Amino acid sequence: MAANFKNPVVRWIDHRLPVFTFLHHEANEYPTPKNLSYWWNFGSLAGFMLMVMMASGIFLAMQYTPHVDYAFNSVERMMRDVNYGWLLRYIHMNGASMFFVVVYVHMFRGLYFGSYKAPRELLWQIGVVILLLMMATAFMGYVLPWGQMSFWGATVITNLFSALPVVGEHIVTLLWGGFSVDNPTLNRFFSLHYLLPFVLLGVVVLHVVALHRFGSNNPIGIDTKGPQDTIPFHPYYTVKDMFGLGVFMIFYAYWVFYAPVTLGDPVNFVPANPLSTPEHIVPEWYFLPFYAILRSIPDKLLGVIAMFASILVLFVLPWLDRSPVRSGRYRPAFKWFFWMLVFDCVILTICGKSPPDWIWSPFAFSISPDVGQVGISIIAMGQLATTYYFGYFLVVLPLLSIFERALPVPLSISRPVLGAGGSHAAIAQSPKPMEKL
Amino acid sequence: MADHAQTPHGQATGEQGTRRDFLFLTAASVTAFGAASAVWPFVSSMNPSKDVLALSSIEVDVGQVAEGQAITVKWRGKPVFIRHRTAAEIAEAVKDDGADMKDPQKDEVRAQKPEFLVLVGVCTHLGCIPLGQKDAEPKGQFGGWYCPCHGSMYDTSGRIRKGPAPLNLEVPAYQYVSDTVVKIG
Ligand code: HEM
Ligand code: FES
Repeated sequence: MAANFKNPVVRWIDHRLPVFTFLHHEANEYPTPKNLSYWWNFGSLAGFMLMVMMASGIFLAMQYTPHVDYAFNSVERMMRDVNYGWLLRYIHMNGASMFFVVVYVHMFRGLYFGSYKAPRELLWQIGVVILLLMMATAFMGYVLPWGQMSFWGATVITNLFSALPVVGEHIVTLLWGGFSVDNPTLNRFFSLHYLLPFVLLGVVVLHVVALHRFGSNNPIGIDTKGPQDTIPFHPYYTVKDMFGLGVFMIFYAYWVFYAPVTLGDPVNFVPANPLSTPEHIVPEWYFLPFYAILRSIPDKLLGVIAMFASILVLFVLPWLDRSPVRSGRYRPAFKWFFWMLVFDCVILTICGKSPPDWIWSPFAFSISPDVGQVGISIIAMGQLATTYYFGYFLVVLPLLSIFERALPVPLSISRPVLGAGGSHAAIAQSPKPMEKL
Repeated sequence: MADHAQTPHGQATGEQGTRRDFLFLTAASVTAFGAASAVWPFVSSMNPSKDVLALSSIEVDVGQVAEGQAITVKWRGKPVFIRHRTAAEIAEAVKDDGADMKDPQKDEVRAQKPEFLVLVGVCTHLGCIPLGQKDAEPKGQFGGWYCPCHGSMYDTSGRIRKGPAPLNLEVPAYQYVSDTVVKIG
């Protein structure tokens, strides 16, 4: 529906290139459930982070030299001599962490409120593609400063492919462009690190197109039933997103200005040395759960398979959880398992960070190499946590779909908001039959 | 197309397909072949270039390595371990020839002269450099090398004995060009 624009220039352009109609349609006419909570802010925050990463990255690239002999020093020069180079770098470095924080919250939001269920399966799967692209981008970016952790992280991760039978070694040589991680590797990683965010942007557009097909899910997980359940995206959610952005920026700025290197590993301030592996190789925090899964399996190929499977399982999630009720609010048993999954990911993170042969004594709140103390080894802990991670998706969700009795869900979004004082208890007790989805 | 008994332009010949089908399939295969040939140089450009391949051999005088000591030299960007083994270490390695191993190999095939073990010093798990070259470094339960990354342990013949690594430390191609000089590569 063409909007009636007042500005004649806008009208002239829109007649020939309907961008304004498009924007008007997406923002003003796009009906959004009126009950979205703050968990729904994280999508737009992720979009914001992508813009920040591209903007800061393009300026960093103007100062950066992708060569093994100069890369480390060019980054140090940025920090010391380039005007505000430190700021650009800290924005980019911590931005990667912030991007993952936001995206992980965004994903757990989807897991809890059942946003992956029909008709949003493809939307969810596109999201998983975005996660994979982000991971590839962040991994290659981390190699660029050519510190010890850059070099050894690149070595360990590219070697994952050597686990493949027959073609493995050839693929690794192809990735390296040599017999070890070296200058050709650094060059191609720079090229791809520049390219992938733009690919990511394209996939994000698809993500949003798929989103706008059926609109947002919402905290009670039932479909909107008509105009009484929705409000226009603009100005209601634009203003809410702006407010959320302000709060998020304070959080982000704290890291950039007050703790710029806390999230990183100090070993990466040592230039790469191909002849000496650092004592503990650990990836950045956002990869730790996957690293813990890799390490918890004692066989090389199976470990690599498990690590990739831990993400690929998300692709089939919409068909593993068959419960017709979307939102975790109305699923009394699911809730527990969901929060255990969140806890499980924290445990996996701790396991990924700690040396494999150390002992964890949860009661003494300590992780140490002391084999004498009472506790459980990091490897064993990682194995338990890995089991629960896969168990949640492959066993718990399918079984819950069969055995769980969901609470009655409200009839429509307007009812809990307008009717009966809006309390969930009142709705749960309402004699109305459970809605079929 | 071949499913339809009669198409407006092709001559229907029952199950056989039409001349149009033939043209279509031929064009499609030629296009696919062309596309694959166009991709080839791009992929191939990512493989090691000639200058990288050219740096392929080095010579090392192992005479300078005292018994019980080890040195690390760089070859193709990777460390090569040269260990001058003691009689006890050799005996240990030979004794274990029959032990239960992931990648069973006899010690005699892993060293041309038993006292000098020449190995690529890269863990066959995910490519870290195992510790054990210097006296102060941990050597693992089997007296050879210990990989700090995920805990693989190698014995005094460089064979994998414990941990996630699937294969023994690689023995590079090398030959003795004189009594004590080894040419690697
Ligand atoms: C998806 C978005 C992106 C992510 C997640 C990301 C992530 C990273 C990470 C983790 C680093 C290492 C930071 C450090 O330890 O110093 C890095 C470095 C770098 N990135 Fe990005 N990046 C993104 C987009 C971009 C873009 C679009 C460019 C544009 C060319 C870029 C250019 C660079 C450069 C030149 C470096 C090396 C300088 C440095 O290490 O500070 N990045 N990136
Ligand atoms: S790289 Fe050596 S044990 Fe993993």
